[in-house]
Amino acid sequence: MRVLKLSKKDEKKLYDVLIKFGEVWAPVPKGSRYIYDKIEKKEDLVIYNEFVRTILPIKKFLVPQELNILNFKPSKYEKPKVDIPTRVIVGVPPCEIHALNILDKFYTTDFVDNYYMERREKVIIIGNSSLPDEYLFSHKTNTSIVEEGYDLFLIDLGDYYLVWVGSEKGDDIVRLGSDIFSEDVPVDVAKDFVTYREKRRKAFTKDIDLEGVTDLMELMYDADFWDEFGEKCLSCGQCTMVCPTCTCFNVIDEIELNKDEGHRRRYWDSCMFKDYSLVAGQHNFRESRAERLKLWYTHKLKAFIGHFGSPSCVGCGRCIITCPVDINVETVVEKLKG
Amino acid sequence: MKYKYKKGPELYTPIMMRIISKRDLTSDVRFFQIVPKEEFKHLDLDYKPGQFMMLSLFGSGEAPFSISSSPTRKGIFEFAIRKTGKITNKIFELKDGDQIGLRGPFGNGFPIEKMLGKDIVIVAGGLGAAPLRSLLLYILDNRELFGRLIYLYGAKSPKEMLYRPDFFEMLESDQLELHLTVDKGNEGFEDKIEEGMVTHLFKYVNDIDPINTYACVCGPPVMYKFVVNEILKYNLDKNNILVNLERRMKCGTGKCGHCIIDYRYTCIDGPVFTYWDVIHMRELI
Repeated sequence: MRVLKLSKKDEKKLYDVLIKFGEVWAPVPKGSRYIYDKIEKKEDLVIYNEFVRTILPIKKFLVPQELNILNFKPSKYEKPKVDIPTRVIVGVPPCEIHALNILDKFYTTDFVDNYYMERREKVIIIGNSSLPDEYLFSHKTNTSIVEEGYDLFLIDLGDYYLVWVGSEKGDDIVRLGSDIFSEDVPVDVAKDFVTYREKRRKAFTKDIDLEGVTDLMELMYDADFWDEFGEKCLSCGQCTMVCPTCTCFNVIDEIELNKDEGHRRRYWDSCMFKDYSLVAGQHNFRESRAERLKLWYTHKLKAFIGHFGSPSCVGCGRCIITCPVDINVETVVEKLKG
Repeated sequence: MKYKYKKGPELYTPIMMRIISKRDLTSDVRFFQIVPKEEFKHLDLDYKPGQFMMLSLFGSGEAPFSISSSPTRKGIFEFAIRKTGKITNKIFELKDGDQIGLRGPFGNGFPIEKMLGKDIVIVAGGLGAAPLRSLLLYILDNRELFGRLIYLYGAKSPKEMLYRPDFFEMLESDQLELHLTVDKGNEGFEDKIEEGMVTHLFKYVNDIDPINTYACVCGPPVMYKFVVNEILKYNLDKNNILVNLERRMKCGTGKCGHCIIDYRYTCIDGPVFTYWDVIHMRELI
């Protein structure tokens, strides 16, 4: 793998290079939180060396909340022509890159979803390593370090960033930005790197012990605490909206007023919603909130392993800070562990 | 991004079909025959018994329906559809010649290759006779490739019995051992239809060779446990007991999530599951 250096004094010039490849998006503050937003001026591009948890993960670029999949008239239909901009997303943390790898696997298994792929091809990922906050637990989900899934990956080593090149696209960027990316990476950089890794490893404080939860999901399936959580759950679906690996969608046909043409659209759906498993004749396979919660946690902590070999929780902590009634991976695992 | 994908026929754009005939099977179930419109005739639309299609009506949406016809009778797709919601209400308004979209086929279907040469026991309840008709016709059209064929069908009442005239005709046939029952009210049909649950027909299922028999079950959710318990008494191999299930679906391609059961998607790994699946996956039946 190619590794280069980017001096911090050249950090602001990074934008000038990236903008040649597409729109530049990065976390920006919004109220007390952060969102991925379009960066219009190079001064606004900030690389945070402390973990930034955007309200929505990068899935918002790949599976839009609302997606027009067909335009139809009574006798014919067409796939909408949309111009998807290339987006360079800067400051993507390792756990989200893991989530992206999961989405890639998901959308290319069995059937390849073209709506996802069209967007996926237009996304360039500039990841960066940062020090965890009190909610991040990616060290427990094996998602705190990335090996693939990024185009460039930055590690803050004081005066400079170590820049790992993860793809041809990433290599194009460093070649175009050869005045700021230096190939002069002496061997003693390794010492700084090890020191940083150690510091970061020790900075993780959220202790959610996921050891054995897959088996516990099986053994505790009929435990009473599910009903207690079911009582509390508001079925608001926020956990699924903010989860970087939740992808369920509904498909709805909408007709234009006073016209006989319309659109078939995909919308984010949530397995917390009551009608999620409802079929014709009003038979609901998951009538109770407890059943729906079990489905989500089965999927996150157990079932995904059967499909793809790893759990689909990446430890980002979004459910912990989002659920209004404190049902999240932490509280569920606490109960599972009894 | 290392994954390659084909920019070919779109997964989510339907093939346009035309309704060529329809008739009522019961007061709320209608039988539709559809064929591809001229511009789609060249497409290879092969399928297996037990697979399903997404029927698509612009403005109303899409829903999954089991294919009722057999791939041995090429060119025409048949569906038995119950009028029960927004989309099916609209489908019932369609006239001969009207168009309807079709995506698929989806799902695994019955493992026909493994079933060749075996005895087949089919158990249908209510609308379950629709998907199982595909299998039934397939076996009848390839009769020499299979062993015994036993078909048990239970409906609520004679009026609710799908394909009743066809089944009455088959009662005379030596190609299969057919037994019909209704929950109650068999008056007028006592010689053809028994009274009682479908499980009650297992008294006619005798001399089963457990190693060489497949059982295929489809019906309302409540029916599976009872029927499977009856089948288990014959000591069939767990993988030879097959259930064809229904779930909510929006895509057919394992993406929308709705049909998930444990770690499987009904639209990909089902809708035909084995009894082993039933044992090791929760919520299946």
